[in-house]
Amino acid sequence: MSTSTTGDAILKLDGVSKTFGGLKALTDVSFALQPGEVVGLIGPNGAGKTTLVNVVTGNLRPSSGSILFEGKDVAAQKPHEAARRGLARTFQIVQPFPQMTVLENVTAGALFGGGAASVGDARDMARTSLDFVGLAPLADRPAAQLALAARKRLELAKSLAMNPKVLMLDEVNAGLNSSEIDGALALIRSIAERGVTVLIIEHLMKVVLSLSKRLLVLHHGQMIADGPSREIVADERVIEAYLGQKYAAKLKERHHG
Amino acid sequence: MKSGPLAYLLLAAGILVLATTPLYADNYVVRTAAIVAMYGALATSWNFIGGFTGYPSFSTAAFFGLGCYVGAICQRAGVPMIAAWLIATLMVGVFAALLGAIILRLRGHYFAIGSIAVVEVCRLVVSSWSSLTGGGDGLNLPLLHWPPEELMRFFLFVMLGILVLSLIATFLVDRARLGFGLRCIHQNEDAAAMVGIDTTRYKVAAYTLSAIFCAAAGAAYASWTGYIDPTESFQILMTVKVPVMAMLGGAGTLAGPFLGAAAFVLLEEVFWANFLDWNRAILGVVIVLLVFFLPGGLLSLHLRRRAKSGGAA
Amino acid sequence: MAIYSQILANGLMLGALYACLAVGFSLVWGVLNVINMLHGSFIILGGYLTYFAWHAWGIHPIVMLPVVGALLFALGFALQKLVINRVVSAPVLTTLTLTFGLDMILYNVMTYWFTATPRRVTLDLGAVSLGPVTLPVDRLFGTALALALTLLLYAVMRGSNIGRAIVAVRMDRSAAELMGIRTERIYAITFGIGALMAGVAGVVFASIFPITTNVTGTYLGKAFVVCVVGGLGSVPGALVGGLVLGLVESLAGHWFGPQQAITAGFALMLIILLTRPTGLVGVRGYE
Repeated sequence: MSTSTTGDAILKLDGVSKTFGGLKALTDVSFALQPGEVVGLIGPNGAGKTTLVNVVTGNLRPSSGSILFEGKDVAAQKPHEAARRGLARTFQIVQPFPQMTVLENVTAGALFGGGAASVGDARDMARTSLDFVGLAPLADRPAAQLALAARKRLELAKSLAMNPKVLMLDEVNAGLNSSEIDGALALIRSIAERGVTVLIIEHLMKVVLSLSKRLLVLHHGQMIADGPSREIVADERVIEAYLGQKYAAKLKERHHG
Repeated sequence: MKSGPLAYLLLAAGILVLATTPLYADNYVVRTAAIVAMYGALATSWNFIGGFTGYPSFSTAAFFGLGCYVGAICQRAGVPMIAAWLIATLMVGVFAALLGAIILRLRGHYFAIGSIAVVEVCRLVVSSWSSLTGGGDGLNLPLLHWPPEELMRFFLFVMLGILVLSLIATFLVDRARLGFGLRCIHQNEDAAAMVGIDTTRYKVAAYTLSAIFCAAAGAAYASWTGYIDPTESFQILMTVKVPVMAMLGGAGTLAGPFLGAAAFVLLEEVFWANFLDWNRAILGVVIVLLVFFLPGGLLSLHLRRRAKSGGAA
Repeated sequence: MAIYSQILANGLMLGALYACLAVGFSLVWGVLNVINMLHGSFIILGGYLTYFAWHAWGIHPIVMLPVVGALLFALGFALQKLVINRVVSAPVLTTLTLTFGLDMILYNVMTYWFTATPRRVTLDLGAVSLGPVTLPVDRLFGTALALALTLLLYAVMRGSNIGRAIVAVRMDRSAAELMGIRTERIYAITFGIGALMAGVAGVVFASIFPITTNVTGTYLGKAFVVCVVGGLGSVPGALVGGLVLGLVESLAGHWFGPQQAITAGFALMLIILLTRPTGLVGVRGYE
């Protein structure tokens, strides 16, 4: 099921482990993302999904293993270096600059991560990216005043302004209602159409399936499956890990009965 | 940065008033004007780390005191006065950059404590390194044999010069990538790193900027008074007073720190002159009232009124 | 080796005094997240009250212990309740500036009334010798008292409802509020206890060292160092921090001269700040 054979992967993890004290958060995780791919990363709560993102973006340093971004080992990078390389992320709990306006927030992304030449250029890039996510009317509001759905869009706009090559979306739909989720999904799709490689971290299976043809499954810090979405959702181990043994048994019963 | 036209006007008027004191006022007033300019420069320097970046730094007296000593030692070794000031500025700048790389890893209370400790350690090292610094006896500097009025006028303009340079630096930083990045760090340091800001380098830059003008002012002050000692040069009172001045005027604004320094020094002078026994308590009361009634500084009065009257910011 | 037993004894005695001096400061910092710049002045105030009671009416310091404790608790409680509570959740710079302003007032009042002349309660108890070690009895007595008071606070924090409520507020303010603890009141009590401990430390100090407003800053500095070295907000932290500081100062004083003892203390603090910001026995999460 592994797809780690290809050579021109944009992001490639090889045997990445992370331990906290004696606790193993990630064990020997390997996978590769191809340029332009949209991949879902799923797994139950506590499976290590956010730890994995933190390791890739330099917020945590892996205990062992290598992380190759465009062929270069970046395991020891700092978060700001990851951002400048084109590895952007959103946070499960959104992290705006609360007293700055929406426009200033996104300008920060363009200026420091997106390689804008000047503050003025960065502001122009920020406006484009606000238009793209549909936040232009709120550009002059302080970020702290936004409702949750708008704050999530702000995170997306900020990441986009950084001109990312790989964008990791950590539970970008958590806390949104279903119409807001639909809006967010449409937005993610159009981001992917621009050629950005997207890794969607979710525990809502439905959301991931509608976006990505390929799924990675993390369970207890181990990558237990990696393959086409349709095969993955039928994989017994995945169902068991993800939905619990009870549900898996029920599902099996239904198939047999 | 929310400095409206009123702030610029006040700033220009303030500097003009200070610069013209020798034309119409006696030596005491000129001396006070020079002290206002000096504290204005110190508070404007502090603004880089405390106002822009939001790090509660209490290192001002360390930079000032080291500036005093490096300048004095250079002058005693025969270096011309102004060259000695430049050397002091440069050396303290390098010191601040190295120190900053270490203590800026601390945040919040711990950074505050670390930065105060720096003042104490500097004072103790200077007072025990007698062979170089004269220890507790202090150091005498070459005397300037000028008429008192001329001397006073000269140092007024020196202090004003340092003040204006610190204001220009503030103006430039505010408009540049550096200022933007520092304000991001102030709001959310982790998020700042995630958008690609090299937070360590930016903070070190802010800390260094907050040091160099203090060092210049310290070195000039040493030449002015002609004598320095460790207790006068490294005062805990100064290290707390300067941030209070910046807050009084409005931390994080261009004009606020200078205006706060001016208000504070003038109040202090009035209290010293009229209530010798109680001046410290009165300043204490002023500080307490400031914390309760003017948390955003004097300039916020203007902004608040504007907000109330419905004017869009 | 005799000299080192003497240094060790001196260091431990000094350390116990430092622990007692710092424990209230540590408690306030740990629980309220407020750096109390008044702490040094509280200690001196306790010392003055002791001195004047002894000088004017011949009241023994030990009798003054509960009196000073009660007075300073009342002062601390009132200050927190009426003044500091209003900005208790503001950023460091604000709360620190506020307590600094309050300290300027208290300091001025004390220098006005008492002047800066050093004063001391002289009990003249002589000295005892234990093998190679000579110990002044007043100092020994003070050390024992300081230690007893610190341990008493520990017992109160562990054993009483108030103590448990304070610990609960320190751990998680909002959870404590949900359990029905009135945090504002707990803050006032904690600040009161902090002032009380400073006051009784002052009683002990007045019987050993000269009392003058000139040393408020020195005592405050010691409190800082003890807290950072030992770890914030706990009695064991203050004890460990105090003893370590006492020993380091004694040793550094012997090796490099008395002036360097203080430098060594601050250097120790900077090293601990940078390598182990939670202190030697600190709990994570209070940075």
